[in-house]
Amino acid sequence: MSFDLYQQVILDHNRKPRNCGALEGHTHTCHGHNPLCGDDYTVYLKVTNEQIEQVTFEGNGCAISKASASMMTQSLQGKNIDQAQALFEEFHQMVLGNLDAESTETQLGKLKIFQGVRAFPSRVKCASLSWHAMHTALTQKEDEVSTE
Amino acid sequence: MTASTTTNDPLSVEEIRSDFPSLTVPMHGKPLVYLDSAATTLKPRPVLETIQEFYGHRYGTVRRAVYGLSEQATAAFERTRKTVTRFINAPTSRSIVFTKGTTESINLVASSWGKTHLRPGDEVLISAMEHHANIVPWQLACEATGAQLRILPMNSSGELLTEELDTLLNKRTRLVAVTGLSNALGTINPIQEICSRAHAQGSLVLIDAAQMAGHMAIDVQALDCDFLAFSGHKVFGPCGVGVLYGKPEILETMPPYQSGGDMIREVTFEKTTFADIPVRFEAGTPAIVEVIGLGSALEYIHSIGFEQIGAHEKDLLRYGTDLLEQIPKLRLIGTAAHKSSILAFILEDVHAHDIGTILDQAGIAIRAGHHCAQPTMKFFGVAATSRASLSIYNSREDLDALALAIDEVITLFRS
Ligand SMILES: Cc1ncc(COP(=O)(O)O)c(C=O)c1O
Repeated sequence: MSFDLYQQVILDHNRKPRNCGALEGHTHTCHGHNPLCGDDYTVYLKVTNEQIEQVTFEGNGCAISKASASMMTQSLQGKNIDQAQALFEEFHQMVLGNLDAESTETQLGKLKIFQGVRAFPSRVKCASLSWHAMHTALTQKEDEVSTE
Repeated sequence: MTASTTTNDPLSVEEIRSDFPSLTVPMHGKPLVYLDSAATTLKPRPVLETIQEFYGHRYGTVRRAVYGLSEQATAAFERTRKTVTRFINAPTSRSIVFTKGTTESINLVASSWGKTHLRPGDEVLISAMEHHANIVPWQLACEATGAQLRILPMNSSGELLTEELDTLLNKRTRLVAVTGLSNALGTINPIQEICSRAHAQGSLVLIDAAQMAGHMAIDVQALDCDFLAFSGHKVFGPCGVGVLYGKPEILETMPPYQSGGDMIREVTFEKTTFADIPVRFEAGTPAIVEVIGLGSALEYIHSIGFEQIGAHEKDLLRYGTDLLEQIPKLRLIGTAAHKSSILAFILEDVHAHDIGTILDQAGIAIRAGHHCAQPTMKFFGVAATSRASLSIYNSREDLDALALAIDEVITLFRS
């Protein structure tokens, strides 16, 4: 079997998600839900002076969505809001297949592991769900996103 | 395929498989193991040839023109209506309405019959394991008329609690709409009993036969159901065509569902009189070649025979159930005593969509999701299941491949 999508890093984050749980004293939050497969996550951020101090998530779903949420919380630590939004844009374009993270200079780092998702159109939403929630939370438009 | 309906020879899977060109096309470099026939079946060569031949050489509109092509097409179209009539043992071909599929058939009844026969305080009874196509039209019809939707519950094996009919069926019940075979669980429901008990209370019965039609013989006269719906694409036929059977005396009381060409007798700008059944419900140019292709699909099924189909699928179900039950951390969803060839399951710690994607990489097509039965998923406390559904072209080897791949998923997620 070919497991391009299911690399050890992703399986590890799925098994032991980082920064998992509600965040007391959060300043921003958003709930993301994909009714098609039941992926369901809430992202919490504590932001002071435009600076992200802490990010957590809670919820459930497939390995791709959970690993993506877990790795997102790690990569946002210490970023400011503009940097986080820029990273969202890069991640989103990468999983959609519009940005080649191998040949382009990006801030994605370890997140490049999700590049493989672009070969699985039905799974792009799984990888991007928590990112959309984070993006919406920081943009403060609403506190609920759905990928459907 | 030459097997006849009268012999009791076991069905030759190899012969059957050779009728389905899709099975020869590799998926991700692996031989295709197709286990999603409950969603849609693959198409056998006779159906493909009929479609090609009709579009290629014998194509013309139906019911409207006086030239030969159209007359021939009309005759072939109406022959299919006779084929369908025989397929479900309907009393007359006037009781057969061609639709786009099960969904449209049910919507037709909910809209045409529902809006003219349901009153505030009336009740429509559906079961807890219905496909959304047999839930939402009734919700809307109830909303529009002030009728109430009631739900016949099931147990944790996925069997309907028919004893609840004692209270759920009453003088206010106008219609019971229930699936003959659950697409999410595989349960075969006691529709004969439901029909007779509903009729005893003066209620009509609609059978959603979307799943049943490809697996079990249907006799609408023996069942005495009032409506029955199925789709062409789940019985080896084309997409975009389906059937609504209705007792003629009931269809006659129903107003048109859609309006336009074909369904009229006479149109003036003041008033239109409508055509007789079944054409009254077939507004517009129908899916001519798809209907004719459906006829060919039903003849294909007939040439094999439901006895053979049933025996083969029963063997596969038993074999597959045994295999999957041996897998630790796997739980079958849908374990009714009376069951058809659907194996839905969840794996502890592995989401259905991950299973679906990984199996796909091994060339195995299963369905992962809620199967358009979200209330059923909720009842079993799961967001989604993985579902392997079997048909005449599946073999024990397909199930071996499935079990092996599930083992690999478990190993991968454990490592
Ligand atoms: C039990 C059941 N009812 C209704 C339907 C709807 O059929 P169609 O989509 O062909 O209209 C399906 C198909 O998924 C089904 O399995």
